[in-house]
Amino acid sequence: MTPQDIGYLAFYVIVLVALAKPLGLYMTAVYEGRRTWLHPVMGPVERGIYRVSGIRADSEQDWKRYTLAILAFSLAGLGLLYAILRLQGYLPLNPEGLEGLKPSLAFNTSVSFITNTNWQAYGGETTLSYFSQMVGLTFQNFVSAAAGMAVLVALIRGLARHSANTVGNFWVDLTRSVLYILLPLSLVVAVFLISQGVIQNFSSYKEVTTLEGTKQLFALGPAASQIAIKQLGTNGGGFFNVNSAHPFENPTAWSNLVEMLAILLIPAGLVYMYGKMVGSTRHGWVVLGVMTAFLIVGAVVSNVAEQSGNPSVEDLGITSSAGSGQPGGNMEGKETRFGIGQSTLWATTTTLASNGSVNSMHDSYTPIGGLVPLANIQTSEIIFGGVGSGMYGMALYILLAVFVAGLMVGRTPEYLGKKIEAREIKAAMVALLSFSLVLLGFAAIGSVNAFGTDTLNNGGPHGFSEILYAFSSGAGNNGSAFAGLGANTTFYNLGIGICMLVGRFLFIVPVMVIAGTMVQKKRVAPGPGTFPTDGLLFGGLLAGVIVVVGLLTFFPALSLGPIVEHLAMRDGTLF
Amino acid sequence: MAVIAVEKRKKPSVWTGEIVKRALIDSLVKLDPRTLYKNPIILIVELGALLTTVLYVRDLANGKSFELGRFELQIALWLWFTVLFANFAEAIAEGRGKAQADTLRKTRTETLARRVKSDGTIEEIPGGQLRKGDICVVESGQLMPGDGDVIQGVAYVNEAAITGESAPVLKEPGTDIRSSVTGGTTVVSDHLRIRITANPGETFLDRMIALVEGAARQKTPNEIALNILLAGMTFIFLIVTVTLQPFANYSGQLISIVILVALLVCLIPTTIGGLLSAIGIAGMDRLVQRNVLAMSGRAVEAAGDIDTLLLDKTGTITFGNRLAAEFIPVNGAGMPRLVAAAVRASLLDETPEGKSVLDLARVQGFTSIVDSTNLGDAQFTPFAAETRMSGVHINGLGTFKGAVDAVLAASGGNAPDGLTEQSERISGEGGTPLAVMEGRDVLGLIYLKDTIKPGIRERFAEMRRMGIRTVMITGDNPLTAATIAREAGVDDYLAQAKPEDKMRLIREEQALGRLVAMTGDGTNDAPALAQADVGVAMNTGTQAAKEAGNMVDLDSDPTKLIEIVGIGKQLLMTRGALTTFSIANDVAKYFAILPAAFAVTYPQLDALNVMKLASPESAILSAIIFNALIIIALVPLALRGIAYRPIGAGPLLARNALIYGLGGIIVPFVGIKFIDIIVNGIRLA
Repeated sequence: MTPQDIGYLAFYVIVLVALAKPLGLYMTAVYEGRRTWLHPVMGPVERGIYRVSGIRADSEQDWKRYTLAILAFSLAGLGLLYAILRLQGYLPLNPEGLEGLKPSLAFNTSVSFITNTNWQAYGGETTLSYFSQMVGLTFQNFVSAAAGMAVLVALIRGLARHSANTVGNFWVDLTRSVLYILLPLSLVVAVFLISQGVIQNFSSYKEVTTLEGTKQLFALGPAASQIAIKQLGTNGGGFFNVNSAHPFENPTAWSNLVEMLAILLIPAGLVYMYGKMVGSTRHGWVVLGVMTAFLIVGAVVSNVAEQSGNPSVEDLGITSSAGSGQPGGNMEGKETRFGIGQSTLWATTTTLASNGSVNSMHDSYTPIGGLVPLANIQTSEIIFGGVGSGMYGMALYILLAVFVAGLMVGRTPEYLGKKIEAREIKAAMVALLSFSLVLLGFAAIGSVNAFGTDTLNNGGPHGFSEILYAFSSGAGNNGSAFAGLGANTTFYNLGIGICMLVGRFLFIVPVMVIAGTMVQKKRVAPGPGTFPTDGLLFGGLLAGVIVVVGLLTFFPALSLGPIVEHLAMRDGTLF
Repeated sequence: MAVIAVEKRKKPSVWTGEIVKRALIDSLVKLDPRTLYKNPIILIVELGALLTTVLYVRDLANGKSFELGRFELQIALWLWFTVLFANFAEAIAEGRGKAQADTLRKTRTETLARRVKSDGTIEEIPGGQLRKGDICVVESGQLMPGDGDVIQGVAYVNEAAITGESAPVLKEPGTDIRSSVTGGTTVVSDHLRIRITANPGETFLDRMIALVEGAARQKTPNEIALNILLAGMTFIFLIVTVTLQPFANYSGQLISIVILVALLVCLIPTTIGGLLSAIGIAGMDRLVQRNVLAMSGRAVEAAGDIDTLLLDKTGTITFGNRLAAEFIPVNGAGMPRLVAAAVRASLLDETPEGKSVLDLARVQGFTSIVDSTNLGDAQFTPFAAETRMSGVHINGLGTFKGAVDAVLAASGGNAPDGLTEQSERISGEGGTPLAVMEGRDVLGLIYLKDTIKPGIRERFAEMRRMGIRTVMITGDNPLTAATIAREAGVDDYLAQAKPEDKMRLIREEQALGRLVAMTGDGTNDAPALAQADVGVAMNTGTQAAKEAGNMVDLDSDPTKLIEIVGIGKQLLMTRGALTTFSIANDVAKYFAILPAAFAVTYPQLDALNVMKLASPESAILSAIIFNALIIIALVPLALRGIAYRPIGAGPLLARNALIYGLGGIIVPFVGIKFIDIIVNGIRLA
């Protein structure tokens, strides 16, 4: 790592952690229904929405009704989005006259956006009209993120309340997430991005004569507004096909920094909020600490791997060490304006969070450089993770860690003063199990059938990594693409679609089951005999459980992909 | 008529020839899939063993040479061993209980009952034919035919068959506690007439047999949750192994089924899967060895979770008798004279108070006074409710000790200087002052104290470190209660407690989500015993108490609750530690098997062979052998339970996480390497 990269990483981490607390406190106030400084503006809007849609803000739901509301809302969103995409040709704001999407692609894309994945089997500027982007996708960018946050808040209430029945009102949590958190933050980020030169217009694409005298067609559109929410809501679906590597999406060093901070901002704030609302701020900090440790390790490993480059290139007599005249290392697939440091940090953050936006091509990374994003996703997106979904997924791992380690202190394991029993363990295992089942299952089908391997750009272990990455990205609701794989086929559209649905809803339902059982339990004040969840020891155990569970599940697959590719590269064999 | 050996029951080791032999046979019997389905992890191993065996036989039939099939054969054998080892672990855990049950069963079958018919005549019938309400006569030397209440007669009964305690206990009618008798015990003096209170099959002995044998064992809540976790992990590893074949196919070469089975068995948590039920059985067994019968495994587990311990003051915290703690001379009488008078008044006093006066005199250096006092033709007047004094008349000189006001009245004089102040001080501290009078002179006071059992304070400090709150229950007034509570170091106390107060306290604690344990023996304790999460009834207690509690302490030692809590914690800790160990083991197994499985396709993966195992075959074989042997190696630990130290949850966790987590990662690296060296040394692969 170059000194600049070390400094940049340190700066990034410090700013991120510093922002977590104020944002977390603000979000706590929002979800607890307290008055915030935005109420004079948003209060009337909120009440208006409730009045129009007949929501009774003061009536709460039990976990079943809350879950049904989420599922119904998501299903309705899926149907609506599918219809918009299929009927795109008949809808307004379509200056390029783009046609409707074929069924498998429309299914894949609509699932992708309602699950907060933003896997893009399509190319934005060549497939979607402005209407589809704004009304269809951007709307889901907001509400799918808000739904994830609502689930987290319901879980928190389940943990924080005791001997109770209800976990809140989904419609209220959803509305508040959008009005008080996502919209205002997006507005700030969008305005900043516009100041940096990100485009925001409704023009038809422009043909320009370049300096070299050739003609080039520039895709345009309302980019800034969509980019703000795609980053903040851990959506990641780029306005343009190359995502934030595109100069119109991400023109400057400042825009890059803000977009990168926006990826982890809300997830980090939510962790602080989690600690605050369950009554142990220290616990929140420990969890945030574990996440930050993974972030730093991931960023360092991928940075070192990229900076070390490829020995075969060195063998050709090309120095790949960083110097005054060159960045060195492996620059393939990276923007020279970002270099290795800002590219690998982005790759790490976007895969730790289930964001999936990119500013470089992960497919072009060295094997270990590519292993980091892949492994990040395969932790099932709980380290920062998606907005809401990251923390509620993490809660499942916390329960498992507390359960196994908690037995070792000689008591029925307790988390936040509540006993962990068969039902919670069952729920957590259902989530973990279905995640690995669809991920490995579809990767297995894809790797032995022509319909899976035909659209690969590379062979050998690298090709295998491409397949593995695609399904990991789907199941983890990440949405980033390793690329190098033609994913717009019926098999991949359906397979990844199913992965996304399972990865989303087979986490949400178990989490809500846990919220429902935990809310009814009694809460015992912690004593000297109870398992401490607010210290370094717990942080270590949690990290250990995440590593061991991830390692045990995916080590065989990873060793046939990036690991063997790396070992082969050392011997000069490339794929 | 069988007479039961009168001896303290031995605590037999499980590693005796008889028990081991039986366990070996049982391990084979347990291979039956119909039994094994209860343990899905080991069932999967058995299916894997079966599959590899079939593949081996098929290959032999297809003409594969013995030499080439050697590897498959060894894998198959070691898989069978894995199943057998797991079965053995369970069988040996059950062994001691089964042996005890056999002994108890003999008692039951050989009993004859002498039933009193309605016309008053006596008939002899087998004990098994007795019904509730029957009246029986039991003579000296005979076995008690069933559980019952004494309705007539006073006799000593030897309860060694049940409690292991050979000193006989007195039984008589009408006293709540001393009137209940248990089937299988022996009358050693006089005779008793009893009313049977339990039908055959429901007697204490029957329950005891079922319990020590483990027939009534059901999975406990934590065990169920842990089983779900393990089943989930097993399923994940099944997915991992099954999908590995297509991945291998993509990479260019299929993996042999035998290797896949080996990988699967290595990954699924066979160690904890094989030991889980043994741990549970051994936990119950540890209680039985301490003479505690837990009616359910749930109760043992709950014992580990106890937050609040209710302890009766009398008998648990204090000796139950007020003992002399201090001599206080008044009116210039001088210490030697006071002590001499007190000793004289107490020499013939058989009460604990009287004896304690002599003990105190000795402790305070007046041994010579105690030994040289000559009572001559003394005439002893015992304590009576009217006089509230006791003492002797020697040659007309009366020496008495007794309640202060009674002694003052008898002396006819006014209270000497300081007497009132001192006696008020003693009362204020919760003690009882006894005034000592010689002739008509009041010499001073004896300070009688409710004496705390030695070591109890340390035990409460231990409980506090375990995170358990102790609450003392007493009928004393608040002042006395507070003093004793402070001295004993309990966290809280309930003074002037009535039985219903105990119940209310338990309910209050439980409403706060706390788990409560208590001991009791009287019938009026029964509702509270039933309400408590862990209710330990004393064996000397009434039938009602024993039925209400979920544990019975055969030694009737109320302080044993503390040990019971420790055993409950140990049980949970052992499960957690071995689960952690089992899962942590998998890391090393990957490093052994993966490079071996892909040795042909990707020779580069040999970089992962960090243990530098000699060949792919020996690597896989060594991993499988390690996986089987570790089960056997951990059987003693599973039976014994890992050590519980009351050092607080944090340090305890750090310690166990280090030993069983980190240790669990490192041990197999060393173990597999070691086995690999041997496997190659004797050319198995």
